[in-house]
Amino acid sequence: MEQAADAPLKKTPLNARHRASGARMVPFGGWDMPVEFSGLSAEHNAVRTRAGLFDVSHMGEIEIAGKDALAAVQRLSSNDASKLHVGQAHYSGLLSPQGTFVDDLLVYRLAPTHFMLVVNAGNIPKDYAWIAEHVQGVGDAVAVDSSSRYALIAVQGPKALEVLQPLTDVDLAGMKYYWFGHGEVAGARATVSRTGYTGEDGFEVFVPPQSADKLWLAILEAGKACGVIPCGLGARDTLRLEASMRLHGNDIDETTTALEADLGWIVGWKKDDFIGAAALREQKARGLKRKIVGFEMVERGIGRHGYDAWIGDAKAGHVTSGTQTPFLKKAIGMAYLPIEHTAVDTEFDIDIRGRRTRARVVPMPFYKRQK
Amino acid sequence: MASYPSNLKYTKDHEWIDLAGDKGKVGITDYAQAQLGDVVYIELPDVGAKLKQGQSFGTIESVKAVSELYSPVTGVVAEVNAALKEKPEVVNKDPHGSWMVVITLTNPSEAGALLDAAQYQDLIK
Repeated sequence: MEQAADAPLKKTPLNARHRASGARMVPFGGWDMPVEFSGLSAEHNAVRTRAGLFDVSHMGEIEIAGKDALAAVQRLSSNDASKLHVGQAHYSGLLSPQGTFVDDLLVYRLAPTHFMLVVNAGNIPKDYAWIAEHVQGVGDAVAVDSSSRYALIAVQGPKALEVLQPLTDVDLAGMKYYWFGHGEVAGARATVSRTGYTGEDGFEVFVPPQSADKLWLAILEAGKACGVIPCGLGARDTLRLEASMRLHGNDIDETTTALEADLGWIVGWKKDDFIGAAALREQKARGLKRKIVGFEMVERGIGRHGYDAWIGDAKAGHVTSGTQTPFLKKAIGMAYLPIEHTAVDTEFDIDIRGRRTRARVVPMPFYKRQK
Repeated sequence: MASYPSNLKYTKDHEWIDLAGDKGKVGITDYAQAQLGDVVYIELPDVGAKLKQGQSFGTIESVKAVSELYSPVTGVVAEVNAALKEKPEVVNKDPHGSWMVVITLTNPSEAGALLDAAQYQDLIK
């Protein structure tokens, strides 16, 4: 990421708590983060069957406000923010003029002319510089990097609501998916959104950093009877992969367009001009040369990030994410393949350490929660 | 607390070897399988492959990572556990009972440099 090799790792407000719990810590995007607490499988399956607790305070929050804030967001963000009610969020892309991903993000409409963009931790400085540059021409709008003002804790799983509701005055049952509300959680001033990166029901709780530790402990205590456990970045990755959610840096980046990434649904095609619009419209008209697919290994092996994909005797694409996941217990992943080879059931080979191993295109998402 | 059989010898790369005459059965330790996580694939050499002590003889892949397997001794591969390749997950369940290869030692005096159970447990403390 954009970090000097010897710069000290950044810490979330829960760093000491994680270390005291014996979490295995790793550097991630310039941050010292827990990769696992009790074990990747246990954590992954806890989220699929009960609930898990994630510290995602490293994520960035960039706020855009002013009379022309909507125009600024519409210009920068691919999705149509005019459709957002106050209290509603959506998934979107910060696209380059080529229609490729500077980052993917969630856009929250806090007020008619006040938006919060939640971005990936490793991209915060890049995203802020990009946003600050592009709001300049829009009118009365400013962008502020508010990341240091928020800790973010995610409770994810079928029991998330049951665990969190007793701790908050915010009406969680009445909150629709991708909406949010403000109130208190465990005595801390909070914004709670019904969002997440796991494919389960769940909530993400934004609190001031000094409230994070108390909130973390309160949720673990409240969730004890249900078996809520802390979960690290390892499980976060296997969960999002099962749910077919893209990871910037793996499945999407500055070389992949929104259409190639099969994310045309986050593009506000009817909007006025936005960054990347012309490139995407042109690509839509011309047709794609390649597209992302979900795959399952047919032969024994794991197709991992960076491995080459072969069709017959020719190198044809590459794997962007892949592993064997603990709930589905299958080796799955995503890869870019030539458009003519992207139909479901297409078979292709993945070069696994010199061994061409058979895989098959399958529909995404690999996993979908009930109800 | 895992138990490390006293009849086995160990290496600092977390392999064990069960020596009988000039042959040694080789596998990975409980510590190794716990570090790896769920094993999904094992790549083993062909019978007849010549190995030097410390040389890689294959790979073991878990959900998390791929690791090399290092030969505890110099010799020739006499047998390969094909059944293990079909069901690599048994390594997690029974690491000290899951042999991967049998090696015919060509330099038996090397065995003296291997760790015993007590020394190995000190190493992983």
